[in-house]
Amino acid sequence: MPTFYGTEIASRMMLGTAQYPSPKVLADAFRRSGAGVATVSLRREASGGGNAGQQFWSLIQDLDVAILPNTAGCHSVREAVTTAQMARELFDTRWIKLEVIGHADTLQPDPFGLVEAARILTDEGFQVFPYCTEDLVLCDRLLEAGCEVLMPWGAPIGTGLGLNNIYGLRSLRAHFPDVPLVVDAGLGLPSQAAHAMELGYDAVLLNTAVAKAGDPAAMAEAFAGAVAAGAAGHAADPMPPRDMAAPSTPVLGKAFLE
Amino acid sequence: MKITLNGEPRDVTGRNLADLLEELGQGEARVATAVNEQFVPAGRRATTVLSPGDRVEIVAPRQGG
Repeated sequence: MPTFYGTEIASRMMLGTAQYPSPKVLADAFRRSGAGVATVSLRREASGGGNAGQQFWSLIQDLDVAILPNTAGCHSVREAVTTAQMARELFDTRWIKLEVIGHADTLQPDPFGLVEAARILTDEGFQVFPYCTEDLVLCDRLLEAGCEVLMPWGAPIGTGLGLNNIYGLRSLRAHFPDVPLVVDAGLGLPSQAAHAMELGYDAVLLNTAVAKAGDPAAMAEAFAGAVAAGAAGHAADPMPPRDMAAPSTPVLGKAFLE
Repeated sequence: MKITLNGEPRDVTGRNLADLLEELGQGEARVATAVNEQFVPAGRRATTVLSPGDRVEIVAPRQGG
């Protein structure tokens, strides 16, 4: 099971908490996914003194999983750093899922801002989970900046397109065999999560694929099954693919019937 | 005193951040704060004096992906 900054998590599923039809469905989805980490955010309370924040805090406490706050929606280093500082106090954790968004349409990470923010936050004692692309050089810089986990996207957030650059993801795994790697964002189907596991990834982080399914709790369980199957398949050392056919049934001893 | 609270103009009487939270009924709430884009830890709210035109952000836990 994956270990992030010295904390072992009893699941390879990390699940977001946004977009569910109701708090009950959210709780059911977590229960059936077996997820060990919940991503959360922080936002302004509605004017007029609502208490949605307190209610949500109670809900995530009851989930009894590790909390990973994000800096979603931040487009600058300064904004991301301030958000992380507020998140550390609010959620009482040094973990931060660092998002520095570089493009409004694709929600693609800003690699330059990401490295800068990761360095600042690491120096301040944060344990940074960078939402990044599968770019090898960027990932190398993030490790140099102090990150001990990498979270490359599979595809842009919320698209459900799956693993867009399998070569890049495989290359990352090969270059960083000892760094926990998490496919974060873009997964839509359980088979895509299984594929990430078959590539040797340590975990997947997903939200929309579960929350926006017709039956979120059932989809959460389907993803859990796929993640377990993919991880078991990887551990069992798959055969190498080949271009030419090779008969599985012995040729020797076949009856001559012509 | 006119400040900008969570992006909206607001007339408040609190002279520091702790007083402002009390005034808003959030003295005991689980929130985090920033003034003029700088994080203000809970322990420094009482000594963070507000000035007219300050931009105050008060945020609470929320769903996220």
